[in-house]
Amino acid sequence: MPRVTPAQTIGPFFSGALCRKGEERLAEPGSAGALELSGRVRDGEGQPVSDALLELWLRDARGSAFGRAATDAAGEFRFVVRKPAGIVPHAPHILVSVFARGLLHRLVTRIYFPDEAVANAADPLLRSIADPARQARLVARAEADGALRFDVVLQGEGETPFLDV
Amino acid sequence: MRDDREVHPPHRYPDYRSTRLRAPQRPLVPWPHGPNEATGPDFRALRLGELEADLTRQCAGAPLGERIVITGRVVDDGGRPLAGQLVEIWQANAAGRYAHPVDQHDAPLDPNFAGAGRCLTDRDGVYRFVTIKPGAYPWQNHANAWRPAHVHFSLFGAAFASRLVTQMYFPGDPLLELDPIYRSVPAHARERLVARFDLEATRPEWALGYRFDVVLRGAAATPREA
Repeated sequence: MPRVTPAQTIGPFFSGALCRKGEERLAEPGSAGALELSGRVRDGEGQPVSDALLELWLRDARGSAFGRAATDAAGEFRFVVRKPAGIVPHAPHILVSVFARGLLHRLVTRIYFPDEAVANAADPLLRSIADPARQARLVARAEADGALRFDVVLQGEGETPFLDV
Repeated sequence: MRDDREVHPPHRYPDYRSTRLRAPQRPLVPWPHGPNEATGPDFRALRLGELEADLTRQCAGAPLGERIVITGRVVDDGGRPLAGQLVEIWQANAAGRYAHPVDQHDAPLDPNFAGAGRCLTDRDGVYRFVTIKPGAYPWQNHANAWRPAHVHFSLFGAAFASRLVTQMYFPGDPLLELDPIYRSVPAHARERLVARFDLEATRPEWALGYRFDVVLRGAAATPREA
């Protein structure tokens, strides 16, 4: 059997090859159900990570969407997403890959939705995380204007739960 | 068998300084796969120009450096060729400088080299790029640290769980054994990142050839969420 090729860091110089305008859109801005999703990536000292790449994958019976966005100088990323339907017992969620200089292999997490408390309470992955504070870090926050916020903390205080793919 | 668990580098590898503040400290959450991890983006409908796979013809003139062909086969861990796969690459120019604003290495930019390419694999899972051999460059990780010449690769595979970003190195490079990024891979698996020189892949009288096959984790081997 062929053996899997090992991962290496994406390094700091990927943007010219991997980032194209519009790829942060998993839904048409302004279309029904389109939501702005933004957040900040921070390191173990709370400093913004200005050279990360996030990839999002969402899928349901309506279709699927893939998107990419790099962080800016403030560590901020921005997407336009929609909420996919859940597939019982799984609550609606978006899969996330995080790449950066200093990450030898991608990190994987999920973004859940704040208006899905009942579904989230039944979700097998969320239920498997015993600490409610850590569980809550996988649920985006709703801003006053309806936009979503999801911060990624790579290390230390408030560390995002990352998944063993 | 999850071969991939034993081949990927650990997140924390202190010799590579940037991992110290970026590697998670908590163990990863065991992750029985849900409904979406066994699926992933499909790029077969992407309309890519021929020049996107030829990094020597993307600018007004020819870039400086040794012209090379990089080709290989993308398969899953069951040996099945992965057709229609998006392969993306990026690299420094022949002097060891990236066409990227953050790269301040004191080496010349090449106005004829952007250093990025992409293509789709054919029905046999084969990709092919024409480019120039990248230069080594210093990177300040430790005293007099130099990255061995390398080409960055990005591939997706059949599923979200197969996603791979890696680097391809060149055979016989004395910098490999000094490079913490290369050495972060368990010793038994490192050579999988080194391309081999292949006379068959050369274009006679024009470009040398290197073969770099890539094996991605298959979707079938992944456990499912109950």
